[in-house]
Amino acid sequence: MIEEKFDAIVIGAGMAGNAAAYTMASRGLKVLQLERGEYPGSKNVQGGILYADMLEKIIPNFREEAPLERHLVEQRFWMMTDRSHTGLQYRSDDFNEESPNRYTIIRSQFDRWFNREAQAKGTIVIAETTVTQLVSDAYGKVIGVSTDRRGGTIFADVVVIAEGVNGLLGSRAGLRETPKADHVALAVKEMHFLPRETIEARFNLHGDEGVVIEAAGTISKGMTGMGFIYTNKESISVGMGCLVSDFAGTTETPYGMLEAFKKHPSVAPLLEGSEVKEYAAHLIPEGGYKTIPELFGDGWVVVGDAAQLNNAIHREGSNLAMTSGRFAGEAIFQLKTRREPMTKQNLALYKKLLDDSFVMKDLKKYKDMPALLHTQAKNYFLAYPKLMSNAMENFLRVDGTPKIDKEKASIRAFVRERKWTGLFGDAVRLARAWR
Amino acid sequence: MSIQPARVEEKLYQNRYLVDAGKPHIVIEPHSTPSKNLLAMTTLCPAGCYAENSAGQVEITPDGCLECGTCRILCEPSGDIVWNYPRGGYGVLFKFG
Repeated sequence: MIEEKFDAIVIGAGMAGNAAAYTMASRGLKVLQLERGEYPGSKNVQGGILYADMLEKIIPNFREEAPLERHLVEQRFWMMTDRSHTGLQYRSDDFNEESPNRYTIIRSQFDRWFNREAQAKGTIVIAETTVTQLVSDAYGKVIGVSTDRRGGTIFADVVVIAEGVNGLLGSRAGLRETPKADHVALAVKEMHFLPRETIEARFNLHGDEGVVIEAAGTISKGMTGMGFIYTNKESISVGMGCLVSDFAGTTETPYGMLEAFKKHPSVAPLLEGSEVKEYAAHLIPEGGYKTIPELFGDGWVVVGDAAQLNNAIHREGSNLAMTSGRFAGEAIFQLKTRREPMTKQNLALYKKLLDDSFVMKDLKKYKDMPALLHTQAKNYFLAYPKLMSNAMENFLRVDGTPKIDKEKASIRAFVRERKWTGLFGDAVRLARAWR
Repeated sequence: MSIQPARVEEKLYQNRYLVDAGKPHIVIEPHSTPSKNLLAMTTLCPAGCYAENSAGQVEITPDGCLECGTCRILCEPSGDIVWNYPRGGYGVLFKFG
C-alpha cells in the first residue's frame, strides 16, 4: 500500500495524461501516474499526426529528443469512388522549415518518450496497474483511487482522469455518460513496412519529408467515415474509420472495409510489397462540442479523449488532449500555489482556460458539423463523390462530343440526383455548419 | 472487383498479447436470443471476437480483443455485456499503436 498522499493522481499515460503529469511535476507538484499497459504507450493508438505547436508549449525543445517520423510537406484529400479519386493536393516547400509544424508519429514509441520526460520532472509512474475505482468521501468529493494491485486507496488532492475514449471509471462513477454510438467512430489501422527509399520514391519525398492522404467517398459505403494513409520513416499507417452507429446498421466488417480500401486502385500501388506488422482498432470521439461532458467536479478533472475533446474536421485529437492536459495541470498548480482546495468551484479554472483557448473556440465553430455529416452521409459520402467523378471523367475524356453538351450532361446529373433545391440546401447546410 | 472476405485471424496474428487465462475481461450475459446490438457485434467487432453459435446465441472469445470499446458502447448500457479493463499489464500490447 502506498501511504503517502499525492498532490495529484493522473490516470492514464496517453497524450493528455502525460501533458498533465509533465506540467504539474515540472512545477514541483507531487504526482503519481497510473497506466494499465505494460509500459506507457502500449495501449495507445493514433493515426497519427502530431502538431508541434501544442507540444512546444509543454516541451519547447522536443524536436531534439522525441521519436518523430516525418515532417509533413504535403496533404492530399481524395474524394473516392470505387475506381477513381478526385483529389485536392497541397504541397509547399515552406513546410520544410527550421521548426516544422506537423509530424507523423508512432504512438507507442512517442508516448514512451513523453512519459519518460514526465518522469524526469519527478512524476512517479506505475505501469501494469489498472485503476478499478475512483474513491469518494461521504460528500462525493473524489479523494483517491483504488487499483488492481494489492493495497487500499491511494489518496490525492485531485485526480486527473486521462483514461481515454473508452473510459470506464468516469462513467461508472457517474461523472459522465458512456458515449453514444453516433458520437464515436471505430477506426482500424495497419502498419505497413517498406524500405524508406521505396516510400520516398512512391510518395515523391526527400529525406524526412512526409505526406498525408485523407480519403472519403464510396469507400465508407454510405456511412460517415474516412480512410487515411500516413507516411512514417519506414512504414505507412493505413486506416479506415466509420461512425459506430452507422456500422451497427450494416453487415460490413471493419477489417473488410480496410481491405477494400487497401485494394482500391489508387491505394494498392502505394502499399505493394509491404510487410504488415500490426493491426489495431480504436474509437475516436466524433460528437464534438455538443457531446462534451462535465469537465470538472469536486476533486477531479477529465481531459483528452475521455472528455470527447476532438476536432473531427481538422483531425485534432492528440492536440486537444495535450492542451487540455496542460491546462488541467496549470489550473491545479495555480490552486495549489494559492493553497486553495480542489473543489468544483475552484477547478472551474480549468474549464475557463479551455474556453478562452482555441480548443473550445474551434469545437464551438464546428458544433453542427458532426450531426450534418451524419444525417447527410449518403449525399456527402456516396452521391457527390460519384457525381464529381463522372463530371471529371466527362471533362477529361475526349470523344468528339461537343464540350457544351458534356457540360450540360454533368450539370444535369447533379440536378437529377439532388434537384436544384437539394444542391442549394446541401451547400447552405454545409456553409452554415462550417461557419 | 470481387473482394475476398478478409480473414481477421491473420491480422491478429501480427499483434502481441498477454492473455490473462481464465479471466476474460468481457462477459456476455446469458440470453436465449441476442439483442440487435449484440448480434451486430458478430460483424462489427474489429477483432472478430463475437460469434453466433448453432443455438443462435452470441458467444465471445476475447483473447484477440483490441480493447477499442465498440461493444461496450453498443452493448453495455443495455446490460448485454459486462466490460472491464484487463488486469494491469495484460491484454493487447501495441508495438506501434
